[in-house]
Amino acid sequence: MTRNGIRRVIATFGQLCSIVLVIFGYSQAAVAQVFDMREGVTEISQRVQNLHHISLGVCVVVGIVVFGAMFYTMYAHRRSKHPVPAKFHESTPVEIIWTIIPTLILIGMAVPATTALIDIEDNSDPDITVLVTASQWKWHYQYVEADIGFFSNLATPQDAINNLIEKEETYILDVDNPLVIPTNQKVRFLMTSGDVIHSWWVPDFAVKQDAVPGFINEAWTRVDVPGVYRGQCTELCGMNHAYMPVVVEVLPEEEFDAWIEDQRVAAALAGEQAVADRSRTWTMDELMPIGEQVYIAQCATCHLPDGAGQGIRYPALAASEIVNGPVEGHIDRVMNGVADTEMQAWAPQLSDRDIAAVITYERNSFGNATGDIVQPLTVFESR
Amino acid sequence: MSKSTNSKRRHVAVLLLVAAGMFGFAFALVPLYEIFCEITGINGRTSGEAVSAAPMAEVSDREVTIQFAAQVNRGMPWEFRPTENQMRVRLGEVNRTEYYARNRASGRVTGQAVPSVAPSAAAPYLHKVECFCFTQQHLQADADIDMPVLFYVDPELPEDIGTLSLSYTMFRVPETEVVLSEPVTDSHADHEGHYQP
Amino acid sequence: MIAHADTIPKQRHPLIAFLLRWLLTTNHKEIGTLYLCLAFLLFFIGGAMAMVVRLELFQPGLQFTQPDFYNQMVTLHGLIMVFGAVMPAFVGLANWLVPLMIGAPDMALPRLNNFSFWILPFAFILLLSSMFMEGGAPNFGWTFYAPLSTTYGPPSTDYFILGVHLMGVSSVLGAINVMVTILNMRAPGMTLFRMPLFVWTWLITAFLLIMAMPVLAGAVTMMLTDRHFGTSFFEASGGGDPVLFQHVFWFFGHPEVYIMILPGFGIASQIIPTFARKKLFGYHSMVIATIAIALLSFIVWGHHMFAAGMPLAAELFFMYATMLIAVPTGVKVFNWVATMWRGSMTFETPMLFAVGFVIMFTIGGFSGLMLALVPADFQYHDTFFVVAHFHYVLYPGAIFGTMAAVYYWLPKWSGRMYDERLGKIHFWTATIAVNLTFFPMHFSGLAGMPRRIVDYSIAFADFNMLSSIGAGLLGLTQILFLYIVVKALTSGEKVTDAQVWEGAEGLEWTLPSPAPLHSFETPPVIEPDDAHAAADRA
Repeated sequence: MTRNGIRRVIATFGQLCSIVLVIFGYSQAAVAQVFDMREGVTEISQRVQNLHHISLGVCVVVGIVVFGAMFYTMYAHRRSKHPVPAKFHESTPVEIIWTIIPTLILIGMAVPATTALIDIEDNSDPDITVLVTASQWKWHYQYVEADIGFFSNLATPQDAINNLIEKEETYILDVDNPLVIPTNQKVRFLMTSGDVIHSWWVPDFAVKQDAVPGFINEAWTRVDVPGVYRGQCTELCGMNHAYMPVVVEVLPEEEFDAWIEDQRVAAALAGEQAVADRSRTWTMDELMPIGEQVYIAQCATCHLPDGAGQGIRYPALAASEIVNGPVEGHIDRVMNGVADTEMQAWAPQLSDRDIAAVITYERNSFGNATGDIVQPLTVFESR
Repeated sequence: MSKSTNSKRRHVAVLLLVAAGMFGFAFALVPLYEIFCEITGINGRTSGEAVSAAPMAEVSDREVTIQFAAQVNRGMPWEFRPTENQMRVRLGEVNRTEYYARNRASGRVTGQAVPSVAPSAAAPYLHKVECFCFTQQHLQADADIDMPVLFYVDPELPEDIGTLSLSYTMFRVPETEVVLSEPVTDSHADHEGHYQP
Repeated sequence: MIAHADTIPKQRHPLIAFLLRWLLTTNHKEIGTLYLCLAFLLFFIGGAMAMVVRLELFQPGLQFTQPDFYNQMVTLHGLIMVFGAVMPAFVGLANWLVPLMIGAPDMALPRLNNFSFWILPFAFILLLSSMFMEGGAPNFGWTFYAPLSTTYGPPSTDYFILGVHLMGVSSVLGAINVMVTILNMRAPGMTLFRMPLFVWTWLITAFLLIMAMPVLAGAVTMMLTDRHFGTSFFEASGGGDPVLFQHVFWFFGHPEVYIMILPGFGIASQIIPTFARKKLFGYHSMVIATIAIALLSFIVWGHHMFAAGMPLAAELFFMYATMLIAVPTGVKVFNWVATMWRGSMTFETPMLFAVGFVIMFTIGGFSGLMLALVPADFQYHDTFFVVAHFHYVLYPGAIFGTMAAVYYWLPKWSGRMYDERLGKIHFWTATIAVNLTFFPMHFSGLAGMPRRIVDYSIAFADFNMLSSIGAGLLGLTQILFLYIVVKALTSGEKVTDAQVWEGAEGLEWTLPSPAPLHSFETPPVIEPDDAHAAADRA
């Protein structure tokens, strides 16, 4: 076949492949995005992708040689074409050659991997430090220098998970409060956990680090491109492991400073609101809808929307002894959680009003009819 | 036949011993790992032992930033936080900071703080003269406490480390493992002066 | 020799006699059959669990399972496939084949052999019964990382621990038996370097089992005392370290990976020369490569933990050590290709499965090499890329290997031939299904899909649908395989020749077909050229 002929065959084959892919619903430009490791938005992520390309390329070339030889021999040395087998079955020089050549290839791969790794592990001289604390099934971000902290919960509605409403583009990759970081600054992450091991991963940063209870791990990133980047928890951490997204919003530096200011103002306002909340008496009608909202968002994944629970590990709230017993016990359970179980302490996570509302809701739903109204002031005093 | 039976027996005995040895080896990994970590600091664990204050002559001009962090583990009904987020310290100089803890629960709760340092390579260079993590802490219902940490950073700290993070995780100690050797803090106790070196 | 089956009084009720015969048998062939049947049963149970997983992942959203049940399925699928399907299948093959290949009348310790088999059903009843307990079955993945499995594990975790202990005892005793048999029972003239490769790989596998399984037993014992006796090996609060669990687990876990593949190497090394009608190329280098892989497997465990918080020096060490494994593995693949080179090949079903094994295992090896590079591993780790990788190694490796072995030796075991046309259909559907199931997982992993999740972003929907369709097809091929085996055993064409396959070498082919219950009671004498390893010129 002439060289042009070969080119034409390759081009036709390429076109055929792209047509097949377009039929599958991908645009030609998106093909690389669909089948490739993400390029990401940091220098490190691009180097990692490059390393992926190198190792994949080596594997493909070696694969073509080895499988090519196999398919050739399977074709050419069938009994029908090659009835008398050869007799050779040993050759020390050949064995030495195919020990040395792979070793050299491996050394060639180890070099870029080593240099990239050394840079990845260089956590020194950060501009900002964020303490990332994982717990079942949410993240808490604490800006060490600015002294701001908040929880980041899944924001995808339960109805979407249960296929009752349409799923959005960001299905299960959406949170109420994303981590916000500035562009062009070295952000150092300290990872830890309050219960089991989790793992914080943002593919576009090529940062993945386990959060281990009792220990802190380090990682860092420096993002050049503003935008919203999504990832997930990557270490099996219990029931809702799939519902623990990581969302990072990268803002230009000036906007980031403004955002920090906003957070301070918001914290102050929340403080004032809390004072207002506890200085008056709430009615059942006010608390019940708030309580239902909080219950669906925070409690329903384990205790189920109808309070039926799921066996002994996620007890039923309907007809529960705690829910129908003394109010103090119920408040204590919700505020402080239960050691060694998935029941966590909600005191650091929810406002007085929300805790009061959800307890009121639980005590007057699912067939429970205590008639108790828990006031935000009572919750405040239990803190 | 009997020779072969003997040989079989010997092999079985040796292999059973190897298996038993490997079972023991799994447990030996525990102290081995601990020693390895202590020497290299790879898991960020600092020494659980108090050291005496460094002689002042060793204070160097080099300054580093030390950051403080705190978490509570699941089921621990305490509020627990550092009173300051970070400070600049000179190497070799004894510094003091405090952690605040308050018990929300309606009964006595005992806590054990577990320290961890990042970067882990810095762990062997962070020396604590006094730390609330050396012993269990007991708090009665609604009691709170400011707990001091006295520490210095070894002047031998590698040059490339400019920021250290010291984090404590507060674990609840099960009632069966509580050691009550000192009076339980039942009101806002002030340890000022108590821990001065 | 010892043959309990023959000494049972004849007047018992036939059913009781039948049960007692199988319960008390000390015959290596019968015990081998028992192992293979149990492995196949558990393969179906573990496979059914995989079907539940793939059904749930067919589309994003929660369709068929609740998240906790899904996690239980993921966990039990892994545990049952590793400890229930692959390992017993290989022990079954060892029981059948090792004595035949070395010219021994039976295993060295027949009663121990019976004992180590009969532990297994109880171990798996314990494990499976946990599904019906309050709080459900273990739900922390087959790697059972602390503290998810210790502090937060369901009550059934204790049954799981006991089950793992029993499996461990069974494996270690089985491995001791294989090793003692190989070291003591070889026929005169069967020197170590004349042993067939399958025997060699099993000798090394047995060594790995004896070294690794007790470490797993240690890990679960520490778990048990952490859970109930106040120790804190893995609890940070008491001075322990959850990451220590991972070190102990993977110190067992990585050799375990090779326990599940080395016998497959041995099988391919028996089958390819037969159908290439040419001696295995580089017998000695194959043995050395296997030993090298086994030894390296003890110093690479850290590559499972790159994201767990590891200092740079350790990351580099584990990366280099892991990459090094590619060298002996490559040597094996090259030797298989060289064995085929200028042979005179036919492609009966065993050969198809063996060639499929080599090609697809190599693909799994390639992704393994990519995973070894730490910076890239930060992107691959705990994603579906890893799931694709180890299924490429295990399915074409362990499962294709076992199926190749069954097709290859079934005529010798049973005296009946399988249906060649159905066998070929089985191979091709299984190959298509394996690739349809596992190849798209590379891409969903690269796109960012974590493993062990019950629900996923809609960006991964297409690949997951393909995987699920492939998995359904793969499930169907197992039923075809069952049908082929049953059909062969009941109505397969009778094989009369001792030499079932033209070109097959080895002592098992000197026995009549089916192999009599008691064989080689008088040891055969091996002349250098009779033995498989005629390469041994010394």
